[in-house]
Amino acid sequence: MKDLGFSISQSRTIDLDKSDLSAYRRVVEKVPSAKLCLMCGACTATCTARNHTDFNFRKVHLLFRRGQFEGLAEELDKCMLCGKCRLVCNRGVNTRAIIYNMRIILENLNYKSIK
Amino acid sequence: MNYHPFVIPFTVGALFLFGVVFYKFYAWIAALDRKQKFMVKQNIFSFKTIRAIGEIFREALVHHNIYKKNPVLGYMHMSLAFGWFLLIVVGKIKASLYAGTFFEPPWLGIFFNFFAVDGHAFSYGEMLTFTMDFLLLIILSGLALAIIKRVKSSLLGMRKTTKHSRFDRIALSSLWFIFPLRLMAESTTASLHGNGGFLTNSVGHLIPSAIAPYAELPLWWAYSISLFVFFVALPYSRYMHIPTEVVLILLRNWGADTGEQLSGYTDIQLNSCSRCGICIDACQLNFAAGISDVQSVYFVRDARYKTLSDEVVNNCLMCGRCSNECPVGLELTLVRQQFRNKQEIPGKFYYEYTEPVESKAGVDVIYYAGCMTHLTPSIIISMKKIFEAAGVNYWFMDEDKGVCCGRPLRQQGFIQQSKNLVIKNSRIINSARAKLLVTSCPICYKSFREEYNLNLPVMHHTEYIEGLLADGRITLNASNVTVVYHDPCELGRGANIYEQPRNILRNFSLIESDYEKENSLCCGGSLSDAILDLRLQLKIRDHALGELTKDKPEVLVTACPLCKKSFVHGNKARVMDIAEIVAGNLKVIARKKQSVRKEELQLV
Ligand code: SF4
Ligand code: SF4
Ligand code: SF4
Ligand code: SF4
Repeated sequence: MKDLGFSISQSRTIDLDKSDLSAYRRVVEKVPSAKLCLMCGACTATCTARNHTDFNFRKVHLLFRRGQFEGLAEELDKCMLCGKCRLVCNRGVNTRAIIYNMRIILENLNYKSIK
Repeated sequence: MNYHPFVIPFTVGALFLFGVVFYKFYAWIAALDRKQKFMVKQNIFSFKTIRAIGEIFREALVHHNIYKKNPVLGYMHMSLAFGWFLLIVVGKIKASLYAGTFFEPPWLGIFFNFFAVDGHAFSYGEMLTFTMDFLLLIILSGLALAIIKRVKSSLLGMRKTTKHSRFDRIALSSLWFIFPLRLMAESTTASLHGNGGFLTNSVGHLIPSAIAPYAELPLWWAYSISLFVFFVALPYSRYMHIPTEVVLILLRNWGADTGEQLSGYTDIQLNSCSRCGICIDACQLNFAAGISDVQSVYFVRDARYKTLSDEVVNNCLMCGRCSNECPVGLELTLVRQQFRNKQEIPGKFYYEYTEPVESKAGVDVIYYAGCMTHLTPSIIISMKKIFEAAGVNYWFMDEDKGVCCGRPLRQQGFIQQSKNLVIKNSRIINSARAKLLVTSCPICYKSFREEYNLNLPVMHHTEYIEGLLADGRITLNASNVTVVYHDPCELGRGANIYEQPRNILRNFSLIESDYEKENSLCCGGSLSDAILDLRLQLKIRDHALGELTKDKPEVLVTACPLCKKSFVHGNKARVMDIAEIVAGNLKVIARKKQSVRKEELQLV
């Protein structure tokens, strides 16, 4: 079949009542603008990392929001924090700060001095 | 007998102070990193030490820098620091002359008038007493200013003054008491024995003779106790900056570098802050966005007392306005950066996925636009036009598959990740064996200059275009468009590039704003602040835009894609990058290929 660059997603169910939503709450606390995201994907279209690989901020954000953390830490490592996405977002979402906070939560990256 | 039990609090306090201060100095110097220690060893016996001593006199005692910024505030600091210093020195001389030995008890100079009741019966006695009274008067006037500053800072030309910690409050209150108590104690003794100078004798006359005999001893006791309290609180209060600044000035003159990691030098810088509050007034987060609890003075205080919060470390544009104004010369953004740095995970590599870019051989110039420049395609188009007009043999390195320069990661403290990107880009750049790297983004420029180890020089396009114009490789049409120039933080304060853009803009009608060069404002778009709310960010932008377009220039010129992007959406003026305005005014001259080749070799 000709590859048109998109495909049909597998059907799946996500039970939000069983997901851990606390991590996302922590992100929203730090970056209130996260709530404004309408998942348009403009950020992903401009992404420097996306230019090289299938890294997709919109998707990572959505998975994190739903508490599906599997493989996310490795995925987040692909972002270069270049900030392009923040500048294109029409909703004024501080995308870069969301990534940065998700990274700290998922990878447990600590500051040297702040305990 | 030159002894009385009331000298005990003073003596104990002074011993404690010296003990703690020297212990701290020892610990900090032991914690310097290898490079810093090397610089100390290298330069300790050199002319630099003499220069440092001069600076110590100028800054730690006279406070010349504060004086330049704000004369009243400078006088306040000088009268307290230099005045007290002289009071101690003159007191010591006086006591030595009186006792006839250099090794009189140390408290004699401090409580001299109590013990030397027999007037001025020694050489230069009158003159020294006059000097002491005069110094006391100077200090008291400085103290009066300090009290006014505390009560109403705007009277001293300060918009904000710093909030205090507990130790500060103890030290400050005792400091307020020390000199008035000294005045009262000396005056009371003078009223009893007539051994005062113009000040103490006059005040002494006002004291009713019925009270004086009973008030004398309690006053001397109170004076001694206030000294004790001040000395004991000093090492834990802001006043620790008094001894620490001396060490800081020495180390700085010896060439110590703040470095990437926390070290003893960081502690020395943190302890050298006098909490003068000048950085609060310099910060746009304060005067344009109304946030007044994250500025450098609070960052430094919290870092010192180990109570730093995420908010204070990260809510900062890293614009460098505060370091530029700091009279102590603290490298505030670099220190803040040290605290942002995350722990590295040994052996981990990032960004393995990037597709390798083949570097193009045989070019003279590599052009690296940078991520942000890709969001302002007009800059890229202009640069291409300029390269072509000048007949440059160049390669556009990140035209298709670029990776970030690594600085945005670094500013957020992801040093390991940042270094991985540096390795990737360095490999591509170095293998091209070109003669020059040109970038359009000040962030990338700073990164290339500071973090990379490249086999070729780096230029920001402002420098490059200036060179092309100076060499006559491109020429501009005469234009009388009025332009105002905005210095991007990373290019101006960050990399000291001020003249080149102005030289280019001489071809237009350049007008000055109130915020030129070191004093330029941040556009608000800084990537360094991942906390700032968009609404506040826009406030900062609008304030800056308002200031820059006050005189209604036709074009607001800047030299950073991020600044351009911020300002464009402010809709106040036409905003252009310097490359755009140059490209738009190029005079096209037909040239022979041959001559182009020759000139090219000169420039690169
Ligand atoms: S962050 Fe912004 S650009 Fe990205 S998907 Fe959400 S709304 Fe769209
Ligand atoms: S910051 Fe990360 S997600 Fe955003 S554009 Fe850059 S690489 Fe992509
Ligand atoms: S950091 Fe500098 S400007 Fe700010 S309070 Fe301290 S000494 Fe003053
Ligand atoms: S670097 Fe800029 S934003 Fe940060 S504290 Fe200093 S003046 Fe304020």
